[in-house]
Amino acid sequence: MAVTVKTFASASEAAGVLSSDRSARYLGGGTLVMRALNEGDVSISTVVRASDQALTRIDASGPRITLGAGVTFARVLAERDLAFLHTPARSIGGPAVRNMGTVGGNLFAPSPYGDFTVALLALDATVAVAGGFGSRDIPIEEFLQARERQAGTLVLSVSCTRPANSDAFRYRKIARIKPKGGSVITLAAHLPISGGRIAGARIALGSMAPTQIRARAAERALEGRSLDAATIAAAASAATEGTSPSDNALGSAWYRREIVGVHLRRLLSGQE
Amino acid sequence: MSKIPLQFRHNGRDVAIFVDGGTNLLVALRELIGDMTPKFGCGQGGCGTCSVLVDGELHLSCLTLAETVAGRSVETLDGMKQGPSLHPLQRAFADNFAAQCGYCTPGMLMAAKALLDRNPSPSRDEVIEAISGNICRCTGYEPIINAILAAASGRVSA
Repeated sequence: MAVTVKTFASASEAAGVLSSDRSARYLGGGTLVMRALNEGDVSISTVVRASDQALTRIDASGPRITLGAGVTFARVLAERDLAFLHTPARSIGGPAVRNMGTVGGNLFAPSPYGDFTVALLALDATVAVAGGFGSRDIPIEEFLQARERQAGTLVLSVSCTRPANSDAFRYRKIARIKPKGGSVITLAAHLPISGGRIAGARIALGSMAPTQIRARAAERALEGRSLDAATIAAAASAATEGTSPSDNALGSAWYRREIVGVHLRRLLSGQE
Repeated sequence: MSKIPLQFRHNGRDVAIFVDGGTNLLVALRELIGDMTPKFGCGQGGCGTCSVLVDGELHLSCLTLAETVAGRSVETLDGMKQGPSLHPLQRAFADNFAAQCGYCTPGMLMAAKALLDRNPSPSRDEVIEAISGNICRCTGYEPIINAILAAASGRVSA
């Protein structure tokens, strides 16, 4: 079925149409929306695009970085100042998918995809969205919890604070096929250290619930402690708390629960 | 619903077609332009056999809205040969038995070209990474990797 394609020069015009038309979907890199159209998704009758330059802007010079929603993973990888995001960006797709897929689109990618969002959740990113109400900033966790209702909003950008050093932010994606494959589970950890102790730990998990979630019990086990073997063991044993993984072709819910603690322990101990 | 006029460069030649809203680039190339070299595999971004170069960058044509290539340059396998001669990558694929059924070959060749255009002497790991979005189910990856390395080092028959 043919759809109507509407292209706007400004993001706010595109956002206006998205919020007023329930059958409209925003087309970013195409890896989600074109796939849905190829599969004959009749719920989409309008495709909205915006050629707004602001959507592809990268601001990576300061301590707080901002990525336009239309920034591709290939561009993240080409940016030396975004080195802390290179591992998650590289874990997505093959080169063609990284040339197309965008940071904003990844926020909507259902499990077993959406790995970059796991990294952003651990980094406590802020999502700037525009809707019929104007634009506002939403904490990424809140955005993800209401993701089913976000189809009518246009993501403008995501921003987060640069981790203090390469040890403070860690990422690990478990896939059956290497170097490319859908996620069995994905883990990211932000571990700011203050006076030798962890202050403000954030652990994010992908494919352990319908959306990317935080492992709050594991975070509590880390908070205020030094990253020693006992602390790591306590965090690893708390990793499944609050999770609700499901079965799919890449792994069963049981298997995901079995391995999440193992991989969290390896991530926190700096093992390969 | 009215058709949308679309113009772009296809293998160095200007083309003008009319597409339906929502048509993907793969359908535009195969059904409207008659270039059958990019193949339909999965329609989901998982297999890579529809790979083409858009302004020199590797893209999946089945996930590309045709309208988004307006005014841009699209290269497919059909444009790879140089007159009557095969491209060195094509010769290397033949020399190294890198195609069995051949269905993945168009995508493999475009992914390999995207790599060698930017990095003329890649390592084996870089070749593996470059074709990581392309699935082969019968030839096996080793001959394909060897062919790309052979093309990069000029080890191809005349």
